[in-house]
Amino acid sequence: MKKNRYSIFSLARNAVSYHQDWSEAWRSPDPALSYDVIVVGGGGHGLATAYYLAAEHDVGRIAVLEKGWIGGGNTGRNTTIVRSNYLWDEAAHLYEKSLQLWEGLSQELNFNVMFSQRGVMNLGHTLQDMRDIYRRSNANRLNGIDSEILTPAEIKAKVPAINVSSEARYPVLGASFQPRGGVARHDAVAWGFARAADARGVDIIQNCEVTGIRRENGAVCGVETTRGFIGAGKVAVVVAGHASVLADMAELRFPVESHPLQALVSEPLKPVLDTVIMSNAVHGYVSQSDKGELVIGAGIDAYTGYGQRGSFSIIEGNVAAIVELFPIFSRVRVLRQWGGIVDVCPDACPIISKTPVQGLYFNCGWGTGGFKATPGSGWVFAHTVARDAAHPLNAAFDLGRFSTGALIDEHGAAGVAH
Amino acid sequence: MLKIECPWCGERDQEEFQYGGEAHIVRPERPDTLTDEQWADYLFNRANTKGVHAEQWCHGAGCRRWFNVLRDTVSYVIVAVYRPGENPPGGGE
Amino acid sequence: MSTARRLQRGGLIDRSRRIRFSFNGKDYFGHPGDTLASALLAQGVRIFGRSFKYHRPRGIVGAGAEEPNALVQVGEGGFSTPNLKATQVELYEGLTARTVNGWPNLAFDIGAINNRLSRLLPAGFYYKTFMWPRSAWMRYERHIRRAAGLGHAPSLPDPDHYDKRHAHFDVFIAGGGPTGLTAALGAARAGARVLLVDEQTQLGGSLLFSPVLIGGRTGIEWIAELEAELRSFPEVTILSRSTVTGYYDHNFLVVNQRRTDHVGPGQAEPRLTRERLWRVRAKQVVIATGAIERPLVFDANDTPGVMLGSAVSTYIRRYAVSPGRSGAVFTNNDSGYQSALDMASAGMEVRAIVDVRKRPGADVLAAVSTYDIPIYQGYAVPSVQSGLQGLKRIEIAKLSPCGEDIVSHKGLVDCQVLAISGGWSPAVHLHSQSGGRPRYDALKACFVPGRPVQAERSAGACAGSFTLTACLREGADAGISAAAQSGWPGGYVDIPAVEESVQAPLQPFWEVPAGALSGNGVKKFLDFQNDTTASDIRLAAREGYRSIEHVKRYTALGFGTDQGKLGNINGLAILAKTLGKSPGEVGTTTFRPNYTPVTFGTVAGRTLGEQLFDPVRKTAIHAWHVRRGASFENVGQWKRPWFYPRDGEDMHAAVNRECLATRNGVGVLDASTLGKIDIRGPDAARFLNLLYTNNWDNLQPGRCRYGFMLGEDGMVMDDGVTTCLAPGHFLMTTTTGGAAAVLTWMERWLQTEWPDLKVYLTSVTDQWSVMSVAGPCARTVLQRVGCDLDLGGDAFPFMSMQVGQVAGIPARISRISFSGELAFEISVEANQGLALWETIMVAGRDYDITPYGTESMHVLRAEKGYVIVGQDTDGSVTPMDLGMDWIVSKKKDFIGKRSLSRSDTERPNRKQLVGLKTQDPSRVLPEGAQLVNSRQEAQPVPMIGHVSSSYFSANLGRSIALALVKGGLSRMGGTIYAHLMDGSVVPATICEPVFFDPENQRGKS
Repeated sequence: MKKNRYSIFSLARNAVSYHQDWSEAWRSPDPALSYDVIVVGGGGHGLATAYYLAAEHDVGRIAVLEKGWIGGGNTGRNTTIVRSNYLWDEAAHLYEKSLQLWEGLSQELNFNVMFSQRGVMNLGHTLQDMRDIYRRSNANRLNGIDSEILTPAEIKAKVPAINVSSEARYPVLGASFQPRGGVARHDAVAWGFARAADARGVDIIQNCEVTGIRRENGAVCGVETTRGFIGAGKVAVVVAGHASVLADMAELRFPVESHPLQALVSEPLKPVLDTVIMSNAVHGYVSQSDKGELVIGAGIDAYTGYGQRGSFSIIEGNVAAIVELFPIFSRVRVLRQWGGIVDVCPDACPIISKTPVQGLYFNCGWGTGGFKATPGSGWVFAHTVARDAAHPLNAAFDLGRFSTGALIDEHGAAGVAH
Repeated sequence: MLKIECPWCGERDQEEFQYGGEAHIVRPERPDTLTDEQWADYLFNRANTKGVHAEQWCHGAGCRRWFNVLRDTVSYVIVAVYRPGENPPGGGE
Repeated sequence: MSTARRLQRGGLIDRSRRIRFSFNGKDYFGHPGDTLASALLAQGVRIFGRSFKYHRPRGIVGAGAEEPNALVQVGEGGFSTPNLKATQVELYEGLTARTVNGWPNLAFDIGAINNRLSRLLPAGFYYKTFMWPRSAWMRYERHIRRAAGLGHAPSLPDPDHYDKRHAHFDVFIAGGGPTGLTAALGAARAGARVLLVDEQTQLGGSLLFSPVLIGGRTGIEWIAELEAELRSFPEVTILSRSTVTGYYDHNFLVVNQRRTDHVGPGQAEPRLTRERLWRVRAKQVVIATGAIERPLVFDANDTPGVMLGSAVSTYIRRYAVSPGRSGAVFTNNDSGYQSALDMASAGMEVRAIVDVRKRPGADVLAAVSTYDIPIYQGYAVPSVQSGLQGLKRIEIAKLSPCGEDIVSHKGLVDCQVLAISGGWSPAVHLHSQSGGRPRYDALKACFVPGRPVQAERSAGACAGSFTLTACLREGADAGISAAAQSGWPGGYVDIPAVEESVQAPLQPFWEVPAGALSGNGVKKFLDFQNDTTASDIRLAAREGYRSIEHVKRYTALGFGTDQGKLGNINGLAILAKTLGKSPGEVGTTTFRPNYTPVTFGTVAGRTLGEQLFDPVRKTAIHAWHVRRGASFENVGQWKRPWFYPRDGEDMHAAVNRECLATRNGVGVLDASTLGKIDIRGPDAARFLNLLYTNNWDNLQPGRCRYGFMLGEDGMVMDDGVTTCLAPGHFLMTTTTGGAAAVLTWMERWLQTEWPDLKVYLTSVTDQWSVMSVAGPCARTVLQRVGCDLDLGGDAFPFMSMQVGQVAGIPARISRISFSGELAFEISVEANQGLALWETIMVAGRDYDITPYGTESMHVLRAEKGYVIVGQDTDGSVTPMDLGMDWIVSKKKDFIGKRSLSRSDTERPNRKQLVGLKTQDPSRVLPEGAQLVNSRQEAQPVPMIGHVSSSYFSANLGRSIALALVKGGLSRMGGTIYAHLMDGSVVPATICEPVFFDPENQRGKS
């Protein structure tokens, strides 16, 4: 099936026929009896995995199974921040690979994911914050990742709305700034990967929940689903908050806990914030969407929760932090708030790994920071699944690190207090 | 916003409490006899139950005592509250 | 200005007073009781804004929270507030308002060119273009951002304040219409504690614009009677101008009360907060939030002058405004007829009632028969025509028997107002937020509440009951049963007789086919604010976006500031039809808080600013530090003196002076902020053995010992000195920032893992003032102050504690030292702290006693190679990494021990603590500098460590640094290179981390 290629010309051509002739962005096929690779989870990471499997590896027939609608989990619920300014080499290289993929993603997928490289600022409020910022920025530079350190005056010049007064409870003492960081249109990432994967023959099957992982002689052979058994040579699980539920199906225990993570948007405003601001110390991050909404995120709720909602007190603390940083937002109004389920690892780093079950792979534990990794996560996971071996970029992110103790502690750079 | 019944103080707002994660994880008697994998299982692996979850809470802004809660992690309904050392009501572990 | 549209009588406005205000720079006036919308309509204003994407002129559609178009920026300067709905803004003298969209002005809008290009801009067009060249998105985006957005954030900080109130009620009632009022009465009479929350300025809801008589009284009279009785109950609280914005778990509800906006900035009683956020726990909840009328979907249904029927009635009956000279009605249910009656009674010429049904209700037909209004049964309005001031005429066309198609064009009718009614959507928002799942009622063609999940029940129109009689009855029942279930039985309400017409069923009707006036670019709007049309929904479905959530996201349906209150149900019905499903199968999108937008300031409340954002903790000696001109550092919640600059000194000069004074004479540090935990019980030493890596069995009373606490992962978590005060009685000190976490950590182990241990913990941080007198003259100064103890080295050795009196004040005195100097740490009751400090300062004057802050403390301890947990450790450092194997017991178990023997923690090449001396002694490395093996390397450069602490040491006359370096302990004397952010590379030599007095002779002296 030939798809319309998207461009201003195809848009004009279709305008003549009142847009009656656009083809489906992706098909809705019934599941086949079996596939060579089944990706469980139709979020951004799962769809990216399927896309890179189809585009860069020769693995045969691929399906993505999604229990609801694609992009309906954390992909459609995050605050869309993209950056690669992580402290440790392992994380920095992985996120930087992802950032590089972001930089050409709209063209690669022929779908505008609106990656806006407006820069990401991480504020420091204490002397220790500033030591950590210097350490991280310096490490970023040496790893080939763009990073600057800004003084309060420089921050104010870039973000006139911010309060850098020394009278604040926790005054802004400085910031790290990654100019290549930014935001993207979250839904578009899922749809773009879905469309491009579908064009390469991947079956995207929505409303198909996996209820069991069937194994024979220690190797995976397929999945039970709400639409029947589907055979598979390999099963790649990318289900974020539900990682433990799927792991349980294969009798595996994982070092992840699922927590609510909340976010909110304001009513749309005329442009007032041209960059992304994050503050660990006062627990908030904010950017302005193209539509004009302030998109604001908080820290996770402390308790385990699969409810896609959290406690109001987190929102209160979060909004107070934003008003503390931006006093002129006090009269702006919160339009909508929501929650997602994030799977948090003890070291705030993901698991992208083979498992003790042959042919079963897991990609999880992204915590609060998975969106930015979407293309990179898919890219390395596709490699891991196709080759049955980790790519050097994700070798350190295996399950074994929890036994050896070789954790990659990114709590500081993960951006949210876990 | 949860409302939690402290076994000693009664019903209080969630903001008075601290969450402590999964309950009934017993520290191994002899850690030195465990393999790295067994130690990692105690240290890091968690049931992360979707459904009724046995978990620890501390009434940090009240009596400062720790206790156990059975809570549904989907509906957030609290099924039971019980003291440390007690078994979860209804059989359980 | 003309008041042409203001009716001579009627309405709930006070004609005796005029209120002046301005709109888009022009002056107008209105009356108390008016909204901005009603006052402007009264003066003939019809166009209130431009739409988001196509910049089409838009007028007022609704009369309340559902209004999508009439968005205004109200007020000036710091009081400026964006995106208010003109239908909800109450007038006050001097109010200024501007429309939020439309540039350069409303009449001539450059963005309107988008309307001409609209064929190129279907739903999701932006996903298909703006991709070339690759770098261009940022440029496109700049233009898109400028065109998007609604109002402006204020440019000044908010002069207003906000607060919160916590409350508990037996029965919480959301909505003060007829249903909520009888619910409140039923619950109040039972004796329950009741909260009644209503969004509007006055109670009554739909009764405020209804002509129905209740028990022979007008609605207004009946409301007044009920309200009076309700207010007579001491346990009943009524909140007007208040919205239930969120319904959370465990019956926690959030109410946003607007307290001063209606009187205008600066006019309210001083100290009255602008808004109050009520945080409510309710035993039982009654949802009585009514229903929202749906528009009908036809070509150009966004034309100014096309209004909801209920809004037309509201403007006429409540505000005494006729929205035009002539009107017509387009409806699929009986309620449109009331709009016709209201228009006729207001003197408007009603030129048509167009009803898609063949059989309207007999009662409503009879009611309108007294007026000479042409009624078109089985007809629709497929298109309208507009002029500069909005609606000019409507097309009427006959529908096919099945109602799906147009069979013939009937004609055109001139009118200025078209009142539309597509039926009613129950406001199931709160039910849905509470966890309920609304279900589709095909007969009523609407979603109604499903099974309650929390202790709530819906009643009246929000439960799908659209007659007043049913609302009154259901409200009463709900209030009585809610009270009974919260422990207050016996409520009662006599339901008054109501004369209302018998309703004929509505005919679901989701979309009118294009008509004779329609051009090629048919636009049937669903979401007015986002310009989402019916064809956008079909395009989404065609392209594979078929879940309602995909459709919403692809077309922006329901993303406006009205949150889809008007358009969502129509949109999902059209999607259902496109997919060949029922609306119930498609389902609604999730209703999320907030029901209506809530001010940031209200959510933040009082917790803002230097004093209240987070509690500030100050030591008992704080005032002295302030007087002395100290600069402060935030450490946790504490304010600690950072350094004490003298005239003209910068930080470095001050720190050099403080350090030299301490090493050479005497310095004094306020150490009160360190965490202090009193540990008692026969098993206290056993417990310490489990907590700390070293052995505590043999610590004698009066002796002190330094300890490391690890996490169970083996990484250093906290450190400090613990003193044995008596057998089974210890005092532990923790880091300033870690105190609370350490106490919680200890309590948790004791209570959950080792409950058999008899140990009792008490935080005593705030009970003691602690000052460390350090330096070669410390003993002399202390003797001068007056101490009843023998302070000599033999009588009072290093790492010991004695109880005595200092300057007559009972004190614990410890010979512990974080500076490496001879030091006495004196703890006294906090309320004696300042007095003792001042006494010490006087006694030490001859020795130039010098107060020093945290920065000097850091320098002095770094000279000694003492680590600071959290600065020289980062959660990935073991005691061995710090070269402190000696502190780790091989014999006993302790928390974290097992983790130290994992393969990665035993690895020889781990990062280890070393000292660094820059080869240029004057060069101070920045803390956080990364360390590499050679001067020049290609990126990515392999990093082998980083600088964790770095200072200029005035005592040593050179820079010193502590660093964590891979395999550092085996690289003593080697050269390493620090890479700095400015690109420079600084060579340094690896050395032992103790730079000064390695034998610790001074500390022990």
